[in-house]
Amino acid sequence: MQRRTLLGAAAALALTAGGALAQDDPLKVGVVLVGPKTDGGWSQHHYDSFVKMQEHFGDSVELVVQESVPEGADAERVMTQMALSGADLIFTTSFGYMDPTINVAQKFPDVKFEHATGYKTAENVSTYSARFYEGRAIQGHIAGKMTESNIIGYIASYPIPEVIRGINSAFIHAKKVNPDVEFRIVWAFTWFDPAKEADAAKALIEQGADVILQHTDSTAPHAEAAKTEGIITFGQAADMAEYAPMPRVSSIIDNWAPYYIDRVQAVIDGTWETVETWDGIDTGMVGIGEITDAVPAEVRDEALAMKEAIAAGEYHPFTGPLNKQDGTAWLAEGEVADDGTLLGMDFYVEGLSGEIPN
Amino acid sequence: MTGAIDPALLIASLMVAATPLVLAAIGELVVEKAGVLNLGVEGMMIVGAICGFAIAVESGSPLAGFVAAAAGGAVLSLLFGVLTQVLLSNQVATGLALTLFGLGISSLMGQSYVGIKPPGTPRLDLGPLSDLPFLGTALFSHDWVVYFSIALTAAVWWFLNRSRAGLTLRAVGENHDAAHALGIKVIAVRLMAIAFGGACAGLGGAYLSLVRVPQWTEGMTAGAGWIALAIVVFGAWRAGRVLLGAYLFGGVTVLQLNLQAAGSALPVEYLSMSPYLITIAVLVVMSARRGRARLGAPASLGRVFHAAS
Repeated sequence: MQRRTLLGAAAALALTAGGALAQDDPLKVGVVLVGPKTDGGWSQHHYDSFVKMQEHFGDSVELVVQESVPEGADAERVMTQMALSGADLIFTTSFGYMDPTINVAQKFPDVKFEHATGYKTAENVSTYSARFYEGRAIQGHIAGKMTESNIIGYIASYPIPEVIRGINSAFIHAKKVNPDVEFRIVWAFTWFDPAKEADAAKALIEQGADVILQHTDSTAPHAEAAKTEGIITFGQAADMAEYAPMPRVSSIIDNWAPYYIDRVQAVIDGTWETVETWDGIDTGMVGIGEITDAVPAEVRDEALAMKEAIAAGEYHPFTGPLNKQDGTAWLAEGEVADDGTLLGMDFYVEGLSGEIPN
Repeated sequence: MTGAIDPALLIASLMVAATPLVLAAIGELVVEKAGVLNLGVEGMMIVGAICGFAIAVESGSPLAGFVAAAAGGAVLSLLFGVLTQVLLSNQVATGLALTLFGLGISSLMGQSYVGIKPPGTPRLDLGPLSDLPFLGTALFSHDWVVYFSIALTAAVWWFLNRSRAGLTLRAVGENHDAAHALGIKVIAVRLMAIAFGGACAGLGGAYLSLVRVPQWTEGMTAGAGWIALAIVVFGAWRAGRVLLGAYLFGGVTVLQLNLQAAGSALPVEYLSMSPYLITIAVLVVMSARRGRARLGAPASLGRVFHAAS
């Protein structure tokens, strides 16, 4: 009994000491990246946004970054290590870190966690994501207008709602302007494998696709597309402007910096709460990269008009009438998809062929 | 809905996809035949990828890039060689460390090369052969590295099975004490084999960064080195089967992507597994037929050699 009291007192002392120290110590922010920070896409843009965040706060924030962390048990180990070494706030930036984040968060109730693109929250776990499907709608529009073979190739990563939303959104808008359009989807089952992504792009081009959309993180599909005349591609997660004006004609840019600054500020102020953030073009979290001159002026204007309409909240990319792939009704005329359905989207819309792998 | 797959284009892409594996695996075959297990193939490949890329960009010559890649891979492998052969460190641990070291140093070296396009490696002009229907597209429209990798496989087969030097190398791999008693310089032979393996892995890596992808991205080998290691084992340490294994793996990988792109009705899960399953199944069945004695694993594989003991 006595010993327990003693231990308790010691712990309380340590806590107060820790708390007092924290006032002077910089806030330690941990970051877990799924790919290398120079992948030219997803991970790089997260990393760049964190660097901007740190520049904003200067010495009051210390950044600890771990790159190329596999999704799964390794991720849990990395996060635990970060928490043990005194991180106050940990960002885990890939869908597959969802369960590891929740597990580690349970063990460290005093550490705040932010998980990108997932759907599980806890007392000390927030989620954040961007409405990439808004950008996909614009890509789909440009793709539908520009394809001559009417075959659009899509390199998908994993069959998760975010990827399926992107495919549906792009398809709906391509089909709208070009009823003959057909989507060929290749599941790469990787976020980052340049050789495999290049092979997938090659297979799609050999199958007659003249537009390649990708939901993987490297710029390899662009390099592959550049070998053949007349193929167009879109940057994913980062601008990938080194492949502009052809084959890369536009891009979706993830801009996380304002969100990161917000959340770190909240921890400093002690106002951090669990939130589920899902922002789009309107707040600038989803940016549309410059549409190059390879796109006809008329198509570019239409694409920009759509961007404005989405930003202003006048247009939602998932507006009925829309049916599911099997022909059952999903959205009635003028009806707009609710966030719950979108977040858990596990079906193709009507007109897409093939099955979603499990 | 389903598109047709052009077999000529398919064969052409499978040869390209398999070439880095052929190069890395044939190099590792020679290393293992000399009785050394170097698990650092992945690390040597990626160092070759960045060395080749950097030199090709700076000099404008892909050939110079490939030479630099071979040199880079060989230098890295000699680090392994000195540690394991001279300082007698554990081969498995050192090999794993080599992979981690290679991944790290390549990303350091590559920092200023992200987002740059390398000079193109031209197709080899084979004259009328390239104009042949079907065969021209499938077999005779590649760059020189593809043909080099096949020639190298043949050369390694000849070296191991038909030359005196190859016999020496195999003797070292089978029983290094006996070889030593015969006056063979075991460590020198092994170091040469290790350097050759490193050079081949480096070439394989450079083929990824200069031809197959072509760009430099950190971590771009994405496990190709481990596949090459597996192919050596499942190919039962025989040059011909190693080539077959690499072509099978590359071929099924390309085929499954093509099937998906063509809108095949086969479930994607099975297609994604298929390169691993089919390659292992085929090579295991081929090797199992003749019993364990013919498996061909060098008897001294991975064992430490010390002349005094």
